[in-house]
Formats: sequence, C-alpha cells, structure tokens
Amino acid sequence: MNDMSRTETGVNLTDIKIAARKVQVHYGANHAIKDVDVDINDRMVTAFIGPSGCGKSTFLRCLNRMNDTIPVCRVEGEIRLDGDDIYDRRVDPVQLRAKVGMVFQKPNPFPKSIYDNVAYGPRIHGLTRSRAELDEVVETSLRRAALWGEVKDRLAAPGTGLSGGQQQRLCIARAVATSPEVLLMDEPCSALDPIATAQVEELIDELRSRFAVVIVTHSMQQAARVSQNTAFFHLGNLVEFGETSQVFTNPKDPRTESYITGRIG
Amino acid sequence: MSIGLLVIVIVLIAAAGFLAGRARARRASEGDTRALHSLVGFHGQAVFLFTAVPALLLIAVWLLVQPAVIAERVTGLLASERSEGALNLALGDVHRVAAGLDRLVAQGDLSEAAVAGLSVEGTDLRRTLGTAGVAVAGRVRGEVLTAAREYRRLTHLSARAMTIAAIALALAGLGFSLARITVEFRARNVSERFVLMLFIGSSLIAVMTTFGIVASLLVESIHFFSLYPARDFFFNLTWNPQFGGGSSLGIWPLLWGTLYISFVALLFAVPVGLLSAVYLSEYATRRMRAFVKPAIEVLAGIPTIVYGLFALVTVGPFLRDFFAQPMGLGTSSSSVMTAGLVMGIMLIPFVSSLSDDIINAVPQSLRDGSYGLGATQSETVKQVILPAALPGIVGAILLAASRAIGETMIVVMGAGAAARMSVNPFEAMTTITVKIVSQLTGDTEFASPETLVAFALGMALFVFTLMLNIVALYVVRRYREQYE
Repeated sequence: MNDMSRTETGVNLTDIKIAARKVQVHYGANHAIKDVDVDINDRMVTAFIGPSGCGKSTFLRCLNRMNDTIPVCRVEGEIRLDGDDIYDRRVDPVQLRAKVGMVFQKPNPFPKSIYDNVAYGPRIHGLTRSRAELDEVVETSLRRAALWGEVKDRLAAPGTGLSGGQQQRLCIARAVATSPEVLLMDEPCSALDPIATAQVEELIDELRSRFAVVIVTHSMQQAARVSQNTAFFHLGNLVEFGETSQVFTNPKDPRTESYITGRIG
Repeated sequence: MSIGLLVIVIVLIAAAGFLAGRARARRASEGDTRALHSLVGFHGQAVFLFTAVPALLLIAVWLLVQPAVIAERVTGLLASERSEGALNLALGDVHRVAAGLDRLVAQGDLSEAAVAGLSVEGTDLRRTLGTAGVAVAGRVRGEVLTAAREYRRLTHLSARAMTIAAIALALAGLGFSLARITVEFRARNVSERFVLMLFIGSSLIAVMTTFGIVASLLVESIHFFSLYPARDFFFNLTWNPQFGGGSSLGIWPLLWGTLYISFVALLFAVPVGLLSAVYLSEYATRRMRAFVKPAIEVLAGIPTIVYGLFALVTVGPFLRDFFAQPMGLGTSSSSVMTAGLVMGIMLIPFVSSLSDDIINAVPQSLRDGSYGLGATQSETVKQVILPAALPGIVGAILLAASRAIGETMIVVMGAGAAARMSVNPFEAMTTITVKIVSQLTGDTEFASPETLVAFALGMALFVFTLMLNIVALYVVRRYREQYE
C-alpha cells in the first residue's frame, strides 16, 4: 500500500496540508499502526473509516500529538504539517495543538459558562487584546458552529446544561475559536441523535471552506455524505486511500469492498 | 431465664420456623415449586421474621420500660423521704441491697426463705452484704430492706413474665405465619416489606440518636441558663470560672481561641494538602504515587495525643526560640501557632487524600479537551480540573475545618489552657473543647453553673459546626447548579 502515490489516487487537486509517511505506532508491545501513508488536503474533508480497533482514531491522535499524553505510546515515521515535521524535537506539542484543533467522540464541554468555553482557547493563547475582540471571536466561532442563534441570550449559562447536539457544536465552536488550520474530529456524531448528526454534518461541510477537516467515523453513509477523500483502515494497515466517490463505488481492494458491503467489520 | 438465653431460644424457634415454613411451602406446592408465588426460601424467611422480630422487639421494649415501672412501685414504700436528692440516694441503696441479696442467694449463703425472714434488728445486714462484695453506706434501714425485697420480687416477677410473654409471642408468630402459607401466598413481598421496615428502623436509630444528643445538651443548657444569665454567657468577654461562685463565663475568649487555632491550621493544611493532591493526581508517576499517597495517609492514622506530644516537645520550643523570642512576641512555648501548625499537619491527609480522589474523578475527556485546544498541563489544572473539582474540594476543606474545631488533645498540649483574646499568634490561648473537658472533670458540684457551662459550650459548638455544614451544602449546591 506504500506505493500508492497521490497521482494514482488522483487527489492532488489542492494543497497538501498534512503529509504522513511510514507512520508506525506502538502501544507497548502492540503494533497499532503499520506503515501508514496519508495526505490530508487543505480545505477538504478526509474521512477515516474502518472497523473498531483498526487504528483510525490512534492515527488521528498522531496528527496533533495527543498520543504524547499516553506514556506507553511510541510514534515513528514522519508527519509533516505544511512541510515541517511535527515530531521534530523543536516542535512544542502545545503550539501544534493550537494549530491542529480536535473535537472528541463524546461532547466534553468544560464546567464553565458557554462564553468561557469558547473563550478558553483564545484566552490561553492570548489571541485577543481586548474584551470586545474576545466577544467578537466568541460570536464568530458560535456562528460558525451554527449555535449562535440558540445560545446568544444565555452565554453565561453553563455549557454542560445544553443538549447533546448543542454540546458537540459548542465543542466545535471551542475548537474553531483558536483559529486552527486543521480540525480533527474523532467520531463527532456517535453520541448524537439523527437530527443533531445532520446539523453537525452540515456544519462540517461549511467548516471545510476554512480548514482541512479530518473525521473518523463508523458510519459509511456519513463518510460518503461529508468527505471528499476517504481512507480505509483495517487491522492497523491503510488498505485504501482515494477520492470518496471512487472508494465507495469502485474500491480497488477486495477488503474495502467487503467492508463497505458489510461482509467484514 | 437470662436474657441472652431467652434471645437464643427465640432465634432457635425462628430457625425451626424457617425450616418448617420452607417444608410447608414445598408440600403446598405438591412437588412443583414453580406453582408457588414465591420461592420456598422466601416462605421460610417470612416465618423466621414473623417469629423472631416481634418477640425480640417485645424484649427490647420490656427492658426499657421495666426499670421505670419498678422504681415507681418501690418509691411508694420509701414514703419518709421528702426531698428528691434523698429519695435518689435511698433508691440507690435499694438497688445495692437487692443486688447483694441476689448475689448471696446465688452463692448459696442465703436461702429465699431466709431472705424473707431477714430483719434489720436481727442480723448485721451490712456485714452480711459486705461478704458478698456489696458496700452499703451506714446501717440498712427497715424501710430500705422492705423496698429491696419488693424490688427483688418485682424484678423476678417481671423477668419471668417477660420470658413467658416473649416465647408466647414467638410461638404465636410462628403459628400465624405457618398457617397462612399457601400456593398463592406472596411470601416474597411480605418478607421484603418486613426487611424494608427493618432498614427504615435502623436508619431511624441514627436520626433518633442525633435528636437524643441534642435533647440532652439542650436540657442541661437550659438548666445552665437558669443558673447563669444568657446575656453574660454570650456577651461577656472574660472567662474566669471561680469554684466558690461569682464566675465570669463569657464564651468569647474560647470561641476566639477555637476560630484562631482552626484558622491557622487550615491556613497551613489547605494549600499544602491541595498542592500535594494536584501533584499526586496530575504530575506524579505511578510509582511515585504508590509510595507518596500511603505515606501521607499515615499522618491520618497517628493518634492526636502523639501530635500533642510533638507540639509540646518539638514545635512549641522551636517556635519560641526561633520566632517568638527574637521578635519579642512572647516567651511561651504553648501558643496558637504551635497548636495551629501541628493541627495543620494532622489535617493535611484529610485535604490531600479527599482532594486527590476528587481530582481523579474529573473525567479524562475534560483533560483531553483542554490539551486538544493547545493548553499546557498547568493551564489545564488551573482552569479546567480545579474548577470542575471545586465542590468536592470545598467539601474536603469543610470536613477538615470541623475536625479542627472539634480537636482537643493538640490544643491542650500545644496551646495551653489560658482563655485569652489576643491577636498575637505566639500567645497561649484555648478552645471550647478544652474547656468542656476541664469544666466537667473539675471537683465542683454537678449542678453548679461552673460545671453545667460545659453543656452550653457543647451546644454552641454543635450549633457552630451545624451552621458550617449548612453553609457548605449551600455553597456546593449553588456551585453545582451553575456548572452541571
């Protein structure tokens, strides 16, 4: 699978934001990710699909070095963000994560007000100089997360008091507020009902105009709906990577076809 | 029959009832136990409970009521005693004489007939009782002897009646509950409801005990305030008990000492405990944690008297020689600072261990969320974890505060016993708890205000910690409403 170049897959239409080459991840003795090469395009949605335990979330967490917080985890290979190796000694993971935002599987608003949740990132990174500027960032972020209309009258209310779907959009707004360049989403809809899922999917499509979005999902329909590129992981290997339409309609690998048609999973 | 034996007999009857009930249920089902509404075990359990519990309750109530009833009857025989105090003394004599007679009979030195024939003139009753190891002050009066005989008669009668009644009740319960076993009988519901009653009863015991404590404090406090003006107690600024009367019993110096020492203790324990909790839960490696956490918790197992020794021998002289004397603040090794610091050390594990548990309970997803936004570890701790854990931390601090307010031994040995109101932390002061001990263990008459003031102080302490708890609950609830 390593010889799968961008020209073959036909996804070199836009700039490459993140380029991963020969990435290996070990959890102690467990070899969780084997030789993965993926290119994430700017202003596009890339979906990672695959059965549970295939390593797609683990790989996603490599992209902003969230795996650093797990002591037994070891990452090898090369991941470049705009051409710079993010595992270089000189890169501070804290700064990296400000550029590569993340939204988690379960909505995890902080036990603070809605306003403070969104303002958290800008505050810790010192992005704004005045209260008015911060207000503006909070408002734009909430608007981008399609939540402004619902919460504009109760910004001081606790973020944990919102519904599940609203909480997840709040978490997206929180991630957007630090103006990241890449947004990683780890199964962002798995804890949501169908209506909230539809809202978040719509939102992902809008977010694509500003950032590169990477989404891990269990739902193949979701991957087909929201993504331009799809990567299929199986047992720690990247089985297939290409344009979503091609992966879903004309998969090259028999394993991809089996998974998509529901024979393995 | 002694009470222990009686209880065993009743439990045995009930156990037999359990087996009988099970067998009867099995027979009622005609071999197919699935036809029964309840499992056979529940039928047995229902029989057991209906046999044992009412009989045991009867014994408990009987034993509670019996002394009062008998005392009432015996008092009638002691007609010559006019004052309440003398009557109480005479009743005490009656109890002792009756116990002595019981022992003599049990040893075989005296027959029941001989007891009936005893007279005050005929024998030296005092010496006879003395051989049984019962000391009676002075000569036994005829009236007391008659009362003692009556007392013995009633006690024996009552014990026999109780035995018969309890066993009869157990057998009645057994018969009743066995008779109603049928295929449809809902033994599970019945026995579960019965057990539920037992649960409710048990929880009521705790609640009633609290009421009992408050009531006893209240009664003696009211007694105190009838002897000593409440205005002086609450507003007088001096504490100077005199054994000959004419004391000043103002609570303020003691309250001040209590609050001052607790404040110093918390000032030391809260930052140290909280910071070590943050270190343990967020920064320490697993091996470090496995070593440090138990080591801190050892502090919680040290008896307070040992802390008191530490205060008296080490901390007190150290503070005096290196801080108080050079700064000209005092020459006493007993001081608020000594007691406060040592008490603070004692409180560290309360704050750190509880806070550590609470911080660990903050979900990992919140940490991930914060790290995912590019926050550093310290930003995450300060802005996400501590706010999320705050209600629990406040609870931990208040628990430590009530420990500090109720602490006695460290204060006695570290801060001395001088009631004083001063802002100098290197002066000896004392607390409410210390004074409760010293007033109650004094030689003064129990009914004097100097002794009874201990109850008023205890009441004040109780009200104070109660208010602290209410405030804590209010703060925690408000905070929760805001953030969850």
